[in-house]
Amino acid sequence: MRSTLSGFGEGLLITGRERNDVVLLHADMVDAEVIAPFSLEFPERTINCGVSEQDMVITAAGLSLGGKIPVAVSYSAFLTARSFDQIRTCLAIPGLQAVLVGTHSGLSAGEEGATQQMNQDVALMRSLPGMSVLVPSDYPSSSFMAGIACGHPGPVYLRLGRDEIPDIGILDESEMRIGGGRALAEGDGVTICACGIMVHEAMKAAAILSQQGINAEVIDCFSLKPLPSQMILASLRRTGCCVVAEEHNIIGGLGEAVAALSASENPVPVRCVAVSDRYGQSGTPSELQEYYGLTFREIVGESAQVWSMRRR
Amino acid sequence: MKASVRRELESVALEVRKDVVRMTGLSRSGHLRSCLSVVDIIVYLYWKVLRIRPEEPHWPERDRLVFSKNHACPALYAVLARRGFFEREELWNYRRLGAMLQGRPEHFRTPGVDAPGGSGGMGIGLANGLLMSARMDRLDRRVFCVMGDGELQMGAVWESAMQAASLGSGALTTFVDMNGIQTGGSVESIKRIEPVRKKFEAFGWRVMEVDGHDFRQLEKAVAWSLSGPGDSPSAVLAKTVPGKGITIAEKGLLGSPACPLDRDRMEQALRELESSSGVKGGEA
Repeated sequence: MRSTLSGFGEGLLITGRERNDVVLLHADMVDAEVIAPFSLEFPERTINCGVSEQDMVITAAGLSLGGKIPVAVSYSAFLTARSFDQIRTCLAIPGLQAVLVGTHSGLSAGEEGATQQMNQDVALMRSLPGMSVLVPSDYPSSSFMAGIACGHPGPVYLRLGRDEIPDIGILDESEMRIGGGRALAEGDGVTICACGIMVHEAMKAAAILSQQGINAEVIDCFSLKPLPSQMILASLRRTGCCVVAEEHNIIGGLGEAVAALSASENPVPVRCVAVSDRYGQSGTPSELQEYYGLTFREIVGESAQVWSMRRR
Repeated sequence: MKASVRRELESVALEVRKDVVRMTGLSRSGHLRSCLSVVDIIVYLYWKVLRIRPEEPHWPERDRLVFSKNHACPALYAVLARRGFFEREELWNYRRLGAMLQGRPEHFRTPGVDAPGGSGGMGIGLANGLLMSARMDRLDRRVFCVMGDGELQMGAVWESAMQAASLGSGALTTFVDMNGIQTGGSVESIKRIEPVRKKFEAFGWRVMEVDGHDFRQLEKAVAWSLSGPGDSPSAVLAKTVPGKGITIAEKGLLGSPACPLDRDRMEQALRELESSSGVKGGEA
């Protein structure tokens, strides 16, 4: 059981050893496992910008203009919301190469409460033309995506959580790309698209659904933008129905992306298991997951409903 | 500064001002008063200070100028065209669909523009990043930032000012065009920025105040900033006149600072600029 935060930390260290143009900026996060591996080995390429996310993003843009690959890390709540203007103006519109890493995303900030939990970051980042959005679902894929993100010529937003989750592992490196996805279970009963921690809930749901005679196809949609559209559409053609599961507000996330794809290319019933347009509150991440209905149980329930309405 | 050099710079600045009047007049938009206040500062930098190659605009070792005062980009565009980064004909398409010269500078569209912008208050931070990358690559790049005084109302400016002092690089010089105006009126009447000198000093900057229309003082300011102790960024507070060179613009008789010139006023402004140099007849 490991977090995507620490996976990225390992991947960034590996990438930093391979590429001496990678520069780490962070908003005073020295204790976080995402920072320590790289910063200890490459202190000359690490900049603690203090608790000034807006300045951190602009500085990252300046570094990118100077030929570096900046990796800017902060709490997803402050990185994406506080610095949205800087991200849009200095990185997204000019299409500069940069990696933005939002930590403690979703409900994983737990006891810190509603302001530190972030369920709007994907909506904000998806809305920016040219911004790629990645949400890894385990330690190995998060580690791998550090290299992918640093090699991408434009801006990338990477969303990390601090929940300890099981490893899935890298099954096929060629799938692990921006715009990619990976089928973790194959079936023709219902398509379950998930990202981040909800991939694991989807796998649990698939096991229960199979006992009920519904074979779920589980797709890890770690690339929310661009979406693995062909993979999703091929699955929808087989199953004729879909459930999307994400640790994000129901507005602006993976659910809307998949629903829009289905609506325009192959209309089938789509249901979303997500935070139902509410803010969080203090509690352990697992308590909050239960409270806001982000578990395999909701996925099973929605799957049974869309399956009964499937269109093939 | 030799008198001949000063006359050359004044002549260039005059031609730039005329192009700015034509651009803002033809496009019926642009912040004329703010453009005219900053002209002499950027003319001096582009002609006498910056190590650049207009024929090779992306030369990696060039000095950089981050133009944070984005709304005054007609002045920057006119300077870049006259300095040879692109054809002067491009100026007349400013703000038109598909034009190279957008309403706010876009570095990937326009040769010579060194940094993105459009939303204010980001110049010092971009300059910091450019300096950090130069330090990592052991380049002796100098970075200049040109910003407006109204921008000092933006909080992120001070985050970046704090970072610049922490960075400890004397290779950063920020010119603040102290023209005293913003869209809604005088800066001090809207949200007080003074005492600007004390603010920058408190943030760990060296500060010099100059007349932003006097090339001899601009020369002294650049020499002062580049010969400093090496670990402090410098701020040059350049007192300027909004609408410099055109009487109705200087007196603020155009309505709001963003108010464009109509055809008659444009002709009148060009005549006034031409008569000020003793040269008759326009170029465009």
